[in-house]
Amino acid sequence: MTAAKQNQPAIEVRHLCAGYGRKTILRDISFTVPQGQIVTVLGGSGCGKSTLLKHLIGLYQPKSGDILIQGRSIVNASDEERRSIMKTFGVAYQGGALFRSMTLAENIALPLEEYTDLTREQIAVRVEEKLCMVNLQGCGAMMPGDLSGGMVKRAAFARAMALDPAILFFDEPSAGLDPLSSASLDQLILSIRERTGATILVVTHELDSIFTIADRAVMLSAATRSIIADGPPAELRDHSPDRQVRNFLKRGREPKPRQPNED
Amino acid sequence: MIRRDSIILQTGEVTSLIGSELLTFIRFIGEMSASIFGALRHPGKIRRKETLYYMNVCGADGLPITILICFLAGMIIGYQAAVQMRKYGAEGFLPGLVGCTVVRELAPLMVAVIATGRAGSAFAAEIGTMKVSEEIDALRTMGFDPIRFLVIPKLIAMLCMIPLLTIFGDIAGILGGLMVGVGQLEMPLDSYYQTTVIWVKPKYFFEGIFKSGIFAYIITVTACWRGFRTGNDAIAVGRATTSTVVISILMIVIADAILAHFFNTIFFTV
Repeated sequence: MTAAKQNQPAIEVRHLCAGYGRKTILRDISFTVPQGQIVTVLGGSGCGKSTLLKHLIGLYQPKSGDILIQGRSIVNASDEERRSIMKTFGVAYQGGALFRSMTLAENIALPLEEYTDLTREQIAVRVEEKLCMVNLQGCGAMMPGDLSGGMVKRAAFARAMALDPAILFFDEPSAGLDPLSSASLDQLILSIRERTGATILVVTHELDSIFTIADRAVMLSAATRSIIADGPPAELRDHSPDRQVRNFLKRGREPKPRQPNED
Repeated sequence: MIRRDSIILQTGEVTSLIGSELLTFIRFIGEMSASIFGALRHPGKIRRKETLYYMNVCGADGLPITILICFLAGMIIGYQAAVQMRKYGAEGFLPGLVGCTVVRELAPLMVAVIATGRAGSAFAAEIGTMKVSEEIDALRTMGFDPIRFLVIPKLIAMLCMIPLLTIFGDIAGILGGLMVGVGQLEMPLDSYYQTTVIWVKPKYFFEGIFKSGIFAYIITVTACWRGFRTGNDAIAVGRATTSTVVISILMIVIADAILAHFFNTIFFTV
């Protein structure tokens, strides 16, 4: 990788305004994610986390603003260009979104069959390698319907990593999992970054996950429809000037501010 | 001022809804046409495994019910016609009447209705469920064109299998009429066969096959369009399935009426 490419942010969001029809959900959102960082996007329900993610991965067109993935605009790209940008990142959806008519191995092999010249044997090796990375070795023949919640999430991680993308997007990876599975998934995310050096953006509101995995947290507010905090999560929890941010990161245990007439 | 529940407002809302749905339908046909051209230019990229799977589902699996229904429909037509024709001593025309009706109209229509219920509803439910579970989004972000991936195999399977089923339906329907002619009217088997061959001209046979191809296209487009237009919950999938069956059957009947008019006034004027 050239020096210029290394300094280039993996994801850059410039003055993004997004919404559906006349409704605005996100207003003037700007942030960058440097290469190799794990960033979490957090906020209460309805703050636009999922909307932001769907714009970042090119599923929705913003009302205004721009999104650059490795320096290439996914907003202004032609259909062909957008598809080529999409191949540089992997997405693991909240419910896994594994193709239920295919086995786990076929799910992971699909992008490899379409976009690489690998032989069938090479693809099988690559699939098993990805399954090993997410501790699902030997499970390639299983159908998605036969997997537990945690296994589905890990399988979705494996499929997202099939083409060795430089960026990974994870949508609510711990949602609906027990605390142990959730913790093991956090460790898995950290080990993926360590082994692949990928930039990872995680949309979540699980505080344990945020403090375990995130280098940085970007917090959205439903009230202002914009970013209200951006920084390392522990620092935001302890030193954010915004009480709402401290309160969210302390699970609502932030003491109420004293009223001027209170004594 | 217009009241919320006024008929004018309601009419306006419904018209606007139909208009916007129609626009999405036209857009879908456009996207699908682009994908068809893409598939024609790169036939190697067509998903063969899925195409064969849908051929099996739409064709082989639907064969027994198609044969049964077309056989019974041929028998019903035979019975009803025999009763009326006997009054005028015109029983000799029964093979021609049954043969032409089955080959030109009944078999293509019956096969299309069965395919709408079996394949059309299944396509809509499959694509709708995939949309609810974000599988369509996953396809898009993996850089795939969901239409090429999901619709083209279904379309190829339907365009191959529905005309084929119609041929089986033709044979079954004619055999149904033969049961009545030979069994009830005591016509000699050989004479029934000869009369059928004289009346059922190859052009009628091809008319039926052509129609069945058009119906296969209508069913696939409608089912896939409704599937992609599904909302985000399980109820929406049910609604998509129901609307597929209703819209498909309506469009098939409209298309059949138009085609019947064209074939009778333009192609078969003599």
